[in-house]
Amino acid sequence: MIKKLWPHARPYGGWILAGVACSAADAVFQLLIPLVMSDIVDVGIKNGDQTYILQKGLLMVLMAMAALAFGLGAAGCSSIAGMGFGANVRRAEYDHIQTFAFPNIERFSTASLVTRLTNDVNNLQMSLMMSMRLMVRAPVMLVSALFLSIHISRQLSSVFLVALPLLLLVVVPIFIRVGPMFRSLQDKTDALNLVVQENLTGIRVVKSFVREEREREKFTRRNEDLKDASLRAFGAVVVNMPVMMLIVYGTIIAVMWFGGQMVFAGTLEPGKLTTYFTYITEIMMSLMMVSMIFMMLTRTVACARRIVEVLDEVPAIRDETADPDLEVPDGSIDFQNVSFKYNQSNPENILQNVNLHIASGMTVGILGGTGSGKTSLVSLIPRLYEAGEGTVSVGGRPVADYTMEHLRDAVSMVLQKNTLFSGTIRENLLWGNPNATEEQLWAACRAACADEFLERMPGGLDADLGQGGVNVSGGQKQRLCIARAILKQPKVLILDDSTSAVDTATDAKIRQAFASELKDATKIIIAQRVASVCEADLILVMDGGRVAAQGTHQELMESCAIYREVYQSQQEGASLDA
Amino acid sequence: MPRHPKRGPGGPGGPGGFRKPKNLRGTLRKLMRYLGRYKLHLGLVVVLLIASSACTVGGSYLIKPLINDYILPGDFRGLAKMLVLMAAVYVTGAACSFGYARVMVHVSQNCVAKIRGELFDKMQTLPLKFFDGHTHGELMSRYTNDIETVSEALNNSFASLISCTLNFTGTIAMMLVLSPPLTLITFAVLGVMLLVVRSIGSRSHLCFSRQQKTLGAVNGYIEEMTEGQKVIKVFNHEQAAKEGFYARNEEYFRAAVQAQMFAGMMMPAMGNLSYINYAITCCLGAMAAISSGGAFQLGDLAAFLQYTRQVSQPVNQISQQVNTILSAAAGAERIFEIMEMEPEADSGKVRLVRARADAAGNVTRVHEDTNAWAWMAPDGSLTPLRGDVRFHNVVFGYEKDHIILHDISLFAKPGQKIAFVGSTGAGKTTITSLINRFYELQSGSITYDGIDIRDIEKDSLRRSLGVVLQDTHLFTGTVADNIRYGRLEATDEEVKAAAQLAGADAFIRHLPQGYDTILSGDGGNLSQGERQLLNIARAACANPPVLILDEATSSIDTRTEKIIERGMDRLMAGRTVFVIAHRLSTVRNAKAIIVLEQGEIIERGDHESLLQERGRYYQLYTGQAELA
Repeated sequence: MIKKLWPHARPYGGWILAGVACSAADAVFQLLIPLVMSDIVDVGIKNGDQTYILQKGLLMVLMAMAALAFGLGAAGCSSIAGMGFGANVRRAEYDHIQTFAFPNIERFSTASLVTRLTNDVNNLQMSLMMSMRLMVRAPVMLVSALFLSIHISRQLSSVFLVALPLLLLVVVPIFIRVGPMFRSLQDKTDALNLVVQENLTGIRVVKSFVREEREREKFTRRNEDLKDASLRAFGAVVVNMPVMMLIVYGTIIAVMWFGGQMVFAGTLEPGKLTTYFTYITEIMMSLMMVSMIFMMLTRTVACARRIVEVLDEVPAIRDETADPDLEVPDGSIDFQNVSFKYNQSNPENILQNVNLHIASGMTVGILGGTGSGKTSLVSLIPRLYEAGEGTVSVGGRPVADYTMEHLRDAVSMVLQKNTLFSGTIRENLLWGNPNATEEQLWAACRAACADEFLERMPGGLDADLGQGGVNVSGGQKQRLCIARAILKQPKVLILDDSTSAVDTATDAKIRQAFASELKDATKIIIAQRVASVCEADLILVMDGGRVAAQGTHQELMESCAIYREVYQSQQEGASLDA
Repeated sequence: MPRHPKRGPGGPGGPGGFRKPKNLRGTLRKLMRYLGRYKLHLGLVVVLLIASSACTVGGSYLIKPLINDYILPGDFRGLAKMLVLMAAVYVTGAACSFGYARVMVHVSQNCVAKIRGELFDKMQTLPLKFFDGHTHGELMSRYTNDIETVSEALNNSFASLISCTLNFTGTIAMMLVLSPPLTLITFAVLGVMLLVVRSIGSRSHLCFSRQQKTLGAVNGYIEEMTEGQKVIKVFNHEQAAKEGFYARNEEYFRAAVQAQMFAGMMMPAMGNLSYINYAITCCLGAMAAISSGGAFQLGDLAAFLQYTRQVSQPVNQISQQVNTILSAAAGAERIFEIMEMEPEADSGKVRLVRARADAAGNVTRVHEDTNAWAWMAPDGSLTPLRGDVRFHNVVFGYEKDHIILHDISLFAKPGQKIAFVGSTGAGKTTITSLINRFYELQSGSITYDGIDIRDIEKDSLRRSLGVVLQDTHLFTGTVADNIRYGRLEATDEEVKAAAQLAGADAFIRHLPQGYDTILSGDGGNLSQGERQLLNIARAACANPPVLILDEATSSIDTRTEKIIERGMDRLMAGRTVFVIAHRLSTVRNAKAIIVLEQGEIIERGDHESLLQERGRYYQLYTGQAELA
């Protein structure tokens, strides 16, 4: 995990080093001050030398100032290193997510990716910063206090040599024991949040079915679990402090006993004895801080693990076999014995042995029942998913021969669940072609029949959409998405049930526009309405993951029972259509 | 649809961390109510706190006699006795601090669990209006951020604050006992410390609000882009998405470095000011020791110096704990705000009961499933449920000054299928939300079998109505669990029958574990159509007397829809059904079709008569107008 994250901290290696050095120097100076103090007592007071006392006093003040400077330095360096590391990790993670294929995105789910990019990274950067400030101090304090105490009195320092291992012996097992408890606490917290989250999103369902009581029971169960876990974890962690206090106080008493005897014997000066107390107190304070951030760090480990999971995720679809210079020559599409399923653990294929040939420039309609594999079929064309068996070819070459960039530039797909982004309509349309001129924009809008409402809209192309495109209706949104796709001037245009909220007359107008505006492009239209596809050059009827029938409207009406049934289900009583 | 809750750009953990509580005293008093059940525990905590502080302060004082009276004169027996006393003091101190921390954890975690439970309970009683007005992220952060800070404050800060105050005053008192003049130096340095805290504090406050703002921008961007990640892929827009991110990431980085730098300055500043205090005290103390002629000895100096180090620790801690408590109070205030909200009005007394009608038309209450229901008035009289729903001059708006439905009157006779048609925002969904009393009317009334729905107990009203919403919501659990959500006591066979009726059985059997397949993340792996089928199965399982279908089949192909329709017709034979559909083929066979436009009924009638009218419905049907 550290190996994976270290490269993102490396650019701030200098700052980390400087920060650690500053923290260490701060600690060392703070330990030198009591040493000077002992000189004041042992030399100054003993000899009644006021000048000496003043000199040493001044020296102490200067040392405190130096320590202050280093302390501030540590604050600065650690802020830069911590925040910089966070920014780098966030960036690396975000960049990596951009390489994700659809299956990767689905594996993590959007909400979880967002948490991993926001809260988890923030936790990580705070932890690095706090560790640089506080974690460094404790060991530096321990080691230098040990050295200085040996310097003061080799004999008395043996007390430390006993106390320190004892401290480690007691404190480390507590930390080891507490670690899993905090992990389980985190799990229980996640479980509780899941219940709340689902309750919030499904509140209408909960209320409609009068299931408040059941939701309460669910929540109460999780709440009890969480309470038990926190009682265990926090209960275990409070043992830490008194244990540390006991060891430290024990050390003070031992120092008093042995040191006292030495003072009397004249082998130790009384001021030095006082210095010993001060050291012990300092060590205790820095240990307290370690145990304070320890809790933070247990959470950080979980966060880091979640981030590394994202970084380690191998993009399901890569450009490995692609020829970087190859461009899609035309819009012909071939499926050869293609089978596909979303999840390897599914027993059955979503698409089963599909064979197809679509000539460039054709208009193709796809009809089929819920779950018949329509969306899956077209998703393979821009290689949003990889076919399990068989080959999907575009322009006569397997899709894997093209880089994803070239392939998707040539194949434009309007998704069933489409998104507009906050910003103006123009900004959204420019996604299709960043260099589009005003005329091109309006031409695309005309083709998608979006011009009429755009002209009525205050601001026109520059009207603000609001987050998620909340300022336009469903039908308007769909037409903007189609315009955005047209602007790419694709060789293949795929509409996945993209006009479901558009009235039939406009729907027909859009299809006419395709015929004139996108004459050479292959157009593939998934629709629920027979009317949307009946004029197509080729109609595919999907059933249970297979192409059950293909042909023109006329042919299918004669040969395909399913098609006739669908057609009739939409014609019943609609005498006016005739 | 009423405006849908959207997560704001603040995103998870978004802004709000630095809001100050509006009514600190009131909020703390409410918090104390939760602690009130633990009076004995808290009494114990206070006793232990005082004991532990006394031990800490007293222990250090023992240094003076130790050095002056035993070490310097070389009285080892006395020293041994004194050290035993010291050890006793220290052990007592450690035991006491363990004791209060342990008790506090018990008290605080129980209180926090109670608050969490009550918050959730309360939320279940709140009207939909509340959920419309708050983003999910905002409400989630009550559970994550706010309760977390309250837990931290209760766990630690309150006890810490008390112990620090006790230690501080105790230490100052002992310093005064040891040497009033030297204590003056400490006062002076403490004064400087306060100044430093305030000047750093006010500057860092500014930086922090900038940090929060830029953090909100990064998080908001991440959220929006990740939501639209698939569109980014389809449009090869990765590079642009990265650049937009880089700019915001960089801006946040700059703001964060500044804010954290200021915050980080506090500790070294305080720590080293305390050392300057130590240096000056040591210097002057030494002078005093020389010149006082035995009144101020080495032991006094050693003990005093120990106190000088001890005194700054609480100062630092107190300011930290006060901040924690303030933000906990702000969090608690937001939690209590929700707890004090008006729950959904529910003063109705009429209840829904199972019933059986005999040949003479007399209704009797029964307890087994008879497929028939009756309304039971408070006096015990029964009215058979027939499904007669009427709107009388209903006026409604989600906000008072923004009326959505103007003077709507309509009726559904028992067993009729009523369809609503109209464009987005015309008020179709609103009408159905009013029938199950998700919202309160501005004026007018709705009656159900002649009873004003306000007189019907809310749970009974809703139990009598099965609603299938356009937005599908599935819960984590098995497929069967999700269907059973409609009727918890349904057997496996009934679940399966409901699925068959909804046309969902076929695809469920193809799932890896069939009905026992675990759905997670709102049924992420299912297609939109399949999710809708499950939704319908859930309503079918509930087997309600009246059904409301709100765009329930919008993502289902027409052939499957036909199959479902036949099933539903069987299920709903003789019952009232309200249908909202976009696809006109779905509503064609309705008894009455109601065309809404901007909150008003502009046409009504059956399919044939509406076509003959050649009005709006005719236009819609012939594709001359758009339904969006």
